[in-house]
Amino acid sequence: MTKKTTGRLKESAIRAFFFACGVLAVIALLGIFATLISTSFPAFKDIKLSEFLLSKNWDPTSPEMEEYGILSMIMSSFIVTLGALLIAVPIGVGVAAYLSDVAHWRVREIVKPVVEILAGIPSVVVGFLGIVLFAPLISKIFNIGHGLTALNGSILLAIMSLPTIISISEDSLTAVPPAYGEASLALGASRWQTLFRVKLPAALSGIIAACMLGMGRAIGETMTVLMATGNARTFPQLPQALLRSVRTMTANIAIELGEVPYYTAHYYALFAIGLVLFVITFVVNLVADVVLHKYQEREL
Amino acid sequence: MKGSTKKKVIQFFGFFLLRCCLFLVLAVLLLFLYDIGSKGGGAISWEFLSTAPRRGMTEGGIYPAIIGTFLVTMITAVLAIPLGMCAAIYLNEYAKQSRLTRLIRLSIRNLSGVPSIVYGLFGVILFVNILRFGTSILSAGLTLGLMTLPWTITASEEALKTIPNSYREGALALGATKWQSIRTNVLPYAIPGMLTGTVLGLARAAGETAPIMFTGAAFFLPMLPKSLGDQFMALPYHLFIMSTQHHAIVQVRPLAYATALVLIVLVLGLNMTAVIVRYRLRRKHR
Amino acid sequence: MSAEALKIRMETRDLDFYYGSKKALDKVNIACYENRVTAIIGPSGCGKSTFIRTLNRMNDVIAGARVEGTILLDGRDIRLPDVDVVDLRRRVGMVFQKPNPFPKSIFDNIAYGLRINGMRDKKRLEAVVEGSLRGAALWDEVKDRLDENAFSLSGGQQQRLCIARALAVEPEVILFDEPCSAIDPIATAKIEDLIETLKKRYTVVIVTHNMQQAARVSDFTAFMMLGELVEFGVTEKIFTNPVNKLTEDYITGRFG
Repeated sequence: MTKKTTGRLKESAIRAFFFACGVLAVIALLGIFATLISTSFPAFKDIKLSEFLLSKNWDPTSPEMEEYGILSMIMSSFIVTLGALLIAVPIGVGVAAYLSDVAHWRVREIVKPVVEILAGIPSVVVGFLGIVLFAPLISKIFNIGHGLTALNGSILLAIMSLPTIISISEDSLTAVPPAYGEASLALGASRWQTLFRVKLPAALSGIIAACMLGMGRAIGETMTVLMATGNARTFPQLPQALLRSVRTMTANIAIELGEVPYYTAHYYALFAIGLVLFVITFVVNLVADVVLHKYQEREL
Repeated sequence: MKGSTKKKVIQFFGFFLLRCCLFLVLAVLLLFLYDIGSKGGGAISWEFLSTAPRRGMTEGGIYPAIIGTFLVTMITAVLAIPLGMCAAIYLNEYAKQSRLTRLIRLSIRNLSGVPSIVYGLFGVILFVNILRFGTSILSAGLTLGLMTLPWTITASEEALKTIPNSYREGALALGATKWQSIRTNVLPYAIPGMLTGTVLGLARAAGETAPIMFTGAAFFLPMLPKSLGDQFMALPYHLFIMSTQHHAIVQVRPLAYATALVLIVLVLGLNMTAVIVRYRLRRKHR
Repeated sequence: MSAEALKIRMETRDLDFYYGSKKALDKVNIACYENRVTAIIGPSGCGKSTFIRTLNRMNDVIAGARVEGTILLDGRDIRLPDVDVVDLRRRVGMVFQKPNPFPKSIFDNIAYGLRINGMRDKKRLEAVVEGSLRGAALWDEVKDRLDENAFSLSGGQQQRLCIARALAVEPEVILFDEPCSAIDPIATAKIEDLIETLKKRYTVVIVTHNMQQAARVSDFTAFMMLGELVEFGVTEKIFTNPVNKLTEDYITGRFG
């Protein structure tokens, strides 16, 4: 009987240990959130929240008048990300459709790991290639002084978010019940029509989620944009902005955190940018998650 | 009849377009690998791999950066692999369908979407300031470890899912306790898969720059770190410096290319080994 | 054969079972007698597998599962809080639908149940492995290859290995959950013979979708439909002179 009790105790202890490891994920997420909030909070003793979010001017080291407006950076982040999605979504969904519906399974077996290789290239290497490969090309094509522009960043981020978009879109296309496609083919539709009119709409929520996840990754990407977009502190005006230098939120943190004196308004303001970034990516990922889940439940 | 010809033509061009998308992606990847391989290959020598940078980093090698990346990845592994595996064991073997379980899964998915620079900010506060590890290998490694955790959890859970339920039930039906059935009849078969999955996460961590920039990576250190409390040079950060921050960028471009090649070989080497092993394992379990 | 003279080993009283809000078993009363084979038959989805899995509480593993009513082993409710489920499963062994050998050697498969209970003595392990394999009529076929992986055996041999593995921990009751559904007729015949010999030492419960099999191997038969027990009695009587019209329709093949 005592052996039995100690046995049970041991089982519960082991269970509790694994549970603690599982709960750590929740604690980590809350911890990051709490840290960002508590560290950005002091910033708003000196800076008005409305100025922070709505002013276009960011000049924390100005001798006369320090300015803390991040609207330009928010806009820059969005423009670069939007550009990336405009490039990556059609190509990514196209590749996914090709893999799921056209390609021989052998091609698929080879291409999928190859796409994973693309996902494995470190962002700093992608940024480096942006400097040495794409930027000179852009400067030549558009006849501008240098190619370190928003467009350059968009192209690179598109390349980086492609693997996410491809693999999740492909999964959701493959998850469409075969009966849908068969029904359409039986009515005399071609494979192309079936793919376009039946399968893509049926997989739409998964594809949207894939694009959102790709977007989340692009907004939060740091090294690539830091290296490849020139980092000029100006407010981006569309459409010229694509061919100008921009400074995103992530790049700004990376540039200034190394040089900022600790525990100043500027220091706290950088954490506040981090908080804004966290909230944006959190919302994007959450929406993607909800969309993806809805669609998975429907499949079940 | 005409309609069906039109259909065929449209289908032909449609599929052609899709194929072009794929070729475009593959071409970009090839271009990347070719450019770095061809331009970086020339500058690589034994000296480059085994000596420290010299003369304001315009000559010499990247030995301290290789060692730094190795050490910081070790710390990452020590934090992320056991914790990730244990969390995965909880989720796949113990957790019941409950609100808390859903919350845990939601947190993991969201953690993997948190931008790496935000992990860097968190590392500065928690490891560098609060825990007083300073800017060091330890702080940087722990920051990367935290960032890697959601990936290792997900990968380990995938591996556990490939183990058929009949192994668990068979053991339970013979009077094994839950932990006995996991320890003797699930983990031995899942651990190879769990490890390959976590290696993928480690490879990504090894190539990350943003989280280590402010938690321990140094611009230039000719000496190797003596303890985990020291700053260190890291390959990705070194590449960043060599390609954007150096005073003679054009002059050191070959060195930057060579650094990029070493980094990519390291990361992709780990990556590909893991991907290949995982594909083999999947076949085996089917 | 009179039922009253036999000893009841396991018994369910008003057993209800729910998967979430879905009721899978409704007031099932079945008795399993010592040294007899009790067969549970019925169309697929009638709850027969669910029923047999409640007898060693394998359904505890399923999320959202809920049991109501009483399940007795030697007159004691197996769901009382002081009953150790691990101990219960050792006493009430189970053989599954699909042979599920572990990816270990034949020897290690049989020794598994003993080793997890802490037995390390090599001599005794060897003795038990041999005894169990003999008990499952597999010894002669595998005695020279105990170190080989269990997956190298044929499907029928794998299933007998699983029976031997269950025997090794010295159970009192053995539950068979459609043990022959995944193996060929010749192997099936061997397992049926085996069940015939096993009942001399154990209480046997078998779920089967094969009525001839139930008629051949069992002493008592329970016919279930839609989660309810339709008729329970001596096998001979159920198959020759059933009381319930549904039972008659089922065993004469009018539905199934």
